[in-house]
Amino acid sequence: MAEPILRVREIHKSFDSTGVLRGVSLDIQEGEVIVIVGPSGCGKSTLLRCINGLETVDSGEIWLRGEKISGRTRDLYRVRQKIGMVFQSYDLFPHMKVMDNLLLGPTKALGRPRQEVEAEALRMLERVGLREKAYALPRTLSGGQKQRVALVRAMLMQPDILLLDEITAALDPEMVSEVLNVVIDLARGGMTMAIVTHEMRFAEAVADRVLFLEDGHVVEEGTPEVFFHHPQTERAQQFLRSFTYASKRDKGEEQPKNNAGD
Amino acid sequence: MDWSFMLAHVPDYLAGAWVTLRFGLYGILCSLAVGLLCCLARFFRVPVLRQIAGGYIELARNTPLLVQLFFLYAGLPRVGIRFSAETCAVIGLTFLGGAYMAEAFRSGLEAVDRAQIEAGACLGLTRTQNIRYVIFPQALATAVPALFANVIFLIKETSVFSVLAMMDLMNVADTLRTSGGRTVEVLCMLIAAYLLILLPVSVIATRVERRLRYAGFGDQHSV
Amino acid sequence: MQDLGISILFKGINFQRLLGGLWVTLRLALLTIGLSTVLGLLFALLMLSGRRWAKFFCRAWLEIVRFMPQLVLLYLVYFGFARLFGWDLNGEVSALIVFTFWGAAEMGDLIRGALTSIPRHQTESAEALGLTRGQVYQYVLIPQTVRRLLPQAINLSTRIIKTTALVKMINVTEVLKVGQQIIGQFYRQPDAAFWVYFVIFLLYFLVCWPFSLLARRLEKRWA
Repeated sequence: MAEPILRVREIHKSFDSTGVLRGVSLDIQEGEVIVIVGPSGCGKSTLLRCINGLETVDSGEIWLRGEKISGRTRDLYRVRQKIGMVFQSYDLFPHMKVMDNLLLGPTKALGRPRQEVEAEALRMLERVGLREKAYALPRTLSGGQKQRVALVRAMLMQPDILLLDEITAALDPEMVSEVLNVVIDLARGGMTMAIVTHEMRFAEAVADRVLFLEDGHVVEEGTPEVFFHHPQTERAQQFLRSFTYASKRDKGEEQPKNNAGD
Repeated sequence: MDWSFMLAHVPDYLAGAWVTLRFGLYGILCSLAVGLLCCLARFFRVPVLRQIAGGYIELARNTPLLVQLFFLYAGLPRVGIRFSAETCAVIGLTFLGGAYMAEAFRSGLEAVDRAQIEAGACLGLTRTQNIRYVIFPQALATAVPALFANVIFLIKETSVFSVLAMMDLMNVADTLRTSGGRTVEVLCMLIAAYLLILLPVSVIATRVERRLRYAGFGDQHSV
Repeated sequence: MQDLGISILFKGINFQRLLGGLWVTLRLALLTIGLSTVLGLLFALLMLSGRRWAKFFCRAWLEIVRFMPQLVLLYLVYFGFARLFGWDLNGEVSALIVFTFWGAAEMGDLIRGALTSIPRHQTESAEALGLTRGQVYQYVLIPQTVRRLLPQAINLSTRIIKTTALVKMINVTEVLKVGQQIIGQFYRQPDAAFWVYFVIFLLYFLVCWPFSLLARRLEKRWA
């Protein structure tokens, strides 16, 4: 196997003496898409935030392309230039037009020429169906549109890896798929990604590998086929069951089948 | 109403208004600078400077300008520190205003969503770039109403400059009142003069605030 | 005598005299705060009454107070009313009128702001629980209003305390005036003025600061 693009070794992180991550290790290969699932509070978001240094790890190491990136404080921004991240709250800069949002990172952080990036930005916007919004203000966009812009903004940095933290959690249901289709498109294009999501069907569709996190540990890890249809651990089975409802007409005679991934 | 008296004294009021405006403006500009420095010292947690800024803000916000001016103008010369009346006026107004401006800037900075700062960091911006392109424009926009309120407040506060024997609007009116005795006319012109100075400021403030709102701040859709 | 100027403050009853002078303005401030609260409540109710003329009246009142330096208003009442209506008001009564006129409008606007800031669904969900109108106010609206209002009202009160220092300008014998008298008596002590004004500055700070701290603490706790 080739050298993984991202290597996470035994990281620990506590907030106020509550252990949120308790020894998590993870390798991501180039072009691989891993999906991290688990109950809320299991440490998924913290894991992503540790990877790009928004949180500092208490112990353990993180390596990007063979370079140790954990434990730095000085030039964190250099690391972040190679790691894209999108949050559930989009976080477009409200005082800038869509295009200025897109140009900020590539021109200021990477120092690339404006025209070149602008042309590229327009192509990317075209690809996500937002070409005509290029010079609009963020507040005139719907949630789904904002999140697509946020994805383009992260992609324009040409990152080595993209971290997506519950990017559809704040969206109205009908807008979820327009955003997730963009992500699937990116995955097809060979983008390396670590995705935290509660959308189980999406997870199954996009993942090369699924990580099930609980209480700061990786409890189960496997291909989406195995994880969603034949989960190996009791806790993963329980977790997946929480996505199904017993019909009121069942009268409790049958155990509800685990069909979260169907 | 003695209109000819009023007309005859318009130049006096213009001169007074010029004093009020000029020293008010100096004080306001210095206040903005001092306020920004204090705010930055606290924002970046600069050791020592940050404590000094904090102490200064408390002192300045909890004492009247009149008392500050008495201390500057009548107290300090007795221990060998002597300033002209004009300098005292600007120092006094800056001492008071700097603290209020610092608080206005701080409220602006505090209003910037943490997520915005993280989003800037995630784009690989350096801390300075993040402050310049992401944090500061938003903080300033939020702080604008408070900053303008301070400007109006400080112009009003200049009315106590008359204790420094400066011929500002207030002192012009007072001098005319005691010499000419036409109290009503004198006071009407005083009111008119302050209105003519403050109304435009208020109109500009409203314009700028509306402009900023339309420019897309206060992003209602975001979480 | 070659001792430090500060020693004159402890000669005889000088310090008590200063405190007495401070009490003149503090008493005035307390009266103003009390009256402003009562009248401010009326102001808020008037403003929220939905009547157009009432709203217009309140807005005009508020604008006058916002635009006119308090010192101008003091002159208007103290000197102007004597001319206009033949009322010969003494300094303290004039000051009480002016500061209450100002305080009531500001307090009224704060109360209005606090009342209207409570989201409508708070009332609706309380009513949906079957609470009576009185209960809605008692358990839901008033507690939330008070929490929002109290820190701001305390801040306004410190502003009132600071502003009452202005009565010096209309010949009320308050702490600065007493200070000047003391300095006059000890004219042979060169740095007397420095210490007297410094102590007055400190006294104001010691009075206002606790209020500011209290307001900030309440704001934090109830935010």
